Amino acid sequence: MSKTINLTLKVWRQAGADTPGKLETYNATNIDVEMSFLEMLDVINEEIALDDGDPIAFDNDCREGICGTCGVVVNGSPHGPQKSTTLCQLHMRKFNDGDTLIIEPWRAKAFPVIKDLVVDRSALDRISQAGGYTGVKTGQAPEAHTIAVPKADSDKAMDAAACIGCGACVAACPNASAMLYVGAKVSHLGLLPQGKLDCDRVINMVNQMDAEGFGNCTNTYECEATCPKDINVSNIARMNRTHLVEKIIQRKNS
Amino acid sequence: MSLDSKIPSGPMAQKWTKHRFDMKLVNPANKRKYKIIVVGSGLAGASASASLSELGYNVNCFCFQDSPRRAHSIAAQGGINAAKNYPNDGDSVHRLFYDTVKGGDYRSREANVHRLAEVSNSIIDQCVAQGVPFARDYSGYLDNRSFGGAQVSRTFFARGQTGQQLLIGAYNSLNKEIAKGGVKMFPRTEMLELVVIDGQARGIVVRNLITGKVESHSADAVILATGGYGNAFFLSTNAMNCNVTAAWRAHKKGAFFANPCYTQIHPTCIPVHGEYQSKLTLMSESLRNDGRVWVPKKVGDTRPPSQIPENERDYYLERRYPSFGNLVPRDVASRNAKYVCDEKRGVNGGLAVYLDFEDAIKRLGEDSIRAKYGNLFDMYQRITDTNPYQNPMQIFPAIHYTMGGLWVDYNLMSNLPGLHVIGEANFSDHGANRLGASALMQGLADGYFVIPYTIGNYLASAKLDKVDTQHSEFKKAEAEVKQRTEKLLSINGKRTVDDIHKELGKVLWNHCGMSRTEKGLTEALKKIPEIREEFWNNVKVPGSGASFNQSLERAGRVADFLEFGETMCLDALTRSESCGGHFREESQTDEGEAKRDDENFSHVAAWEFNGVDNKPTLHKEKLTFEECLPSQRSYK
Repeated sequence: MSKTINLTLKVWRQAGADTPGKLETYNATNIDVEMSFLEMLDVINEEIALDDGDPIAFDNDCREGICGTCGVVVNGSPHGPQKSTTLCQLHMRKFNDGDTLIIEPWRAKAFPVIKDLVVDRSALDRISQAGGYTGVKTGQAPEAHTIAVPKADSDKAMDAAACIGCGACVAACPNASAMLYVGAKVSHLGLLPQGKLDCDRVINMVNQMDAEGFGNCTNTYECEATCPKDINVSNIARMNRTHLVEKIIQRKNS
Repeated sequence: MSLDSKIPSGPMAQKWTKHRFDMKLVNPANKRKYKIIVVGSGLAGASASASLSELGYNVNCFCFQDSPRRAHSIAAQGGINAAKNYPNDGDSVHRLFYDTVKGGDYRSREANVHRLAEVSNSIIDQCVAQGVPFARDYSGYLDNRSFGGAQVSRTFFARGQTGQQLLIGAYNSLNKEIAKGGVKMFPRTEMLELVVIDGQARGIVVRNLITGKVESHSADAVILATGGYGNAFFLSTNAMNCNVTAAWRAHKKGAFFANPCYTQIHPTCIPVHGEYQSKLTLMSESLRNDGRVWVPKKVGDTRPPSQIPENERDYYLERRYPSFGNLVPRDVASRNAKYVCDEKRGVNGGLAVYLDFEDAIKRLGEDSIRAKYGNLFDMYQRITDTNPYQNPMQIFPAIHYTMGGLWVDYNLMSNLPGLHVIGEANFSDHGANRLGASALMQGLADGYFVIPYTIGNYLASAKLDKVDTQHSEFKKAEAEVKQRTEKLLSINGKRTVDDIHKELGKVLWNHCGMSRTEKGLTEALKKIPEIREEFWNNVKVPGSGASFNQSLERAGRVADFLEFGETMCLDALTRSESCGGHFREESQTDEGEAKRDDENFSHVAAWEFNGVDNKPTLHKEKLTFEECLPSQRSYK
């Protein structure tokens, strides 16, 4: 039997988008330190359900750190205290007996709460719909080896494409900016030759980002520090640069 | 009723080309008059939705996740196969076709597999044009690796996250069509009924998972791309929310379920660590290229691995399979892990074996191992808190993929006209065992390059009367959904949904897992109805149906697993041969390997639903082999 710990959880409970929420206290007792954070919440929810309560709603799916579904703020840190780690891969051994954990949803105007710790991140989908694609239709593609890509560019594009779209960068930013997410999308496509055709892509994505109510970047770099996939802030610089270039081209053509 | 696979006539390599010419077309101007429902947004669903919208059809796409980008295809690590032959090592469409039929232990349909191999190259072209950042070598060209014991290097990959990158490619194409207005996307929406009118699939009933509202959607055709049923076992490598519900509800409306007993158990997963365990994590198969699998020779040897001398270790795969060693196929590696654990030689409580990199580190150096497997070693350490550079990893098999699924013909249409099934949700291409890096290939083949052709043929030939959601069949299906929801909420018993699901999972794992017997399956068939009875009398589902309620979502899915599990065990009991991932202890060679019975079981077993407590009817589709003549697999 491995070690167990006792914790006090203060969890944000909110019935729906239009109802006010508040922190409720739960005692998490005899928590096996080998559990993942989400398994700890499963255990608490089983107890709540058998006690005729309403289990805590939280989003999760793959529990392997790749789908981007999960994520809550633990003591002020999106995805909790472990660097480069999604919430589902965080284990209870990272906490000490007697700790109090404050567990809250992503907080951003553009991410309205659906219930408890579940938020609506469809704003990120709408940004991608505004321009996050190359435009190729099924069947149009040329033979794959007609497009050679320098390995360095390909690797950098891959670094950016590793974004899982979880929204932790927004939750970490004091301005609730989505620029790390958008920057990653811009770099992923912009660094590859096949992604360079559309000269309005970045303008359209940035316009949508602003329309959704995300804030601006003031270079605090909280996003990079919290990103479970280590997406680099240089992607934001690339987004800004590409945005400027597209604006200039747009003016020339008008 | 007899099953017509509609395999085109003519030589194998010409069938698809000939069929594409023979199929009817929908006039470009008429395509916008047809509405197609796609359920699921993984590789198959997203690629189909985008491609059909590009052709001009009206597409409604549904997923239960909060975004189409989160479907479980995203978790695939290894890669995607294609017959490009870029490494110049002798690959070809015919070889990929042959390997896939053989790998499936001669239980798949040759014509479908040949088409899969034919379109595999177009998938790579398409993905590259979308900006999928496949690995490249220093010349800037695409890199390939050998995967899952294949003799050629035909696997394309994007670091350890090929699934995510391919899905983002399909998701981007889907977004392009959503922006254009061709696809209307319904996230956080779960299909709960299929609606059949005059024998044709004409729509679905869904529940909005945020508001709880039950809604109907009508269409000219329905495509299910809803993945596999591995979560029937509770513990699997599938995402938490993967389920059989859409396929099962379609089955209950008349669609046949084919080969449900074909499940794939992956040998290299992180072992279970406690009762609270919610899912299992896969470690890529590639680790077996350098890791050596072993257990102590002695029963009850609890010494730490470093203190067990070399001559007291049993490298059982190397001992039993000298030519393939640690690289035997997934089913063989899994079954042998079970055997040594059954002999009480498993480590750390009995349900784990070692995967040891000590020799590889000595031979190649720690840096070289880190360069190859660093991200996997990090993941292992994050989950288990032990350092795999210093201690051997502990691994154990887990349910990973399901080859069975709804029965479809060559056009990927089920026996219910209008209902098409693509990706893991259908049964067609992998036979009794799937090869590594072939799941992604099949999902995208179906979505990008098969269904856009075959569905046009259906729409152009079917007589489709105008129907809308006011039709009595929609009202009836809505009422069924509401009634089931109310029933689940009203039981108010003493056990949670997960608790009962775990009980079912244990029965399935013990009796319909890596190794199956008549006795065990008979026992499972007795137990499952009892657990189902317990569920419907003693489950506790808190909350209401008119709001966001994750317990209710799970309850509906587990209710379906409790019915489906019985059919899976019945299929396993009826197929008294061993083949691929289905190992019946009664049918093995003198050396203890899987022994097929081609005379009696060279068929697809397609089950017809007759009511929950009635035995389903078995329909057989005979499998014939023109190109790949069945032989016994041997890895000695």
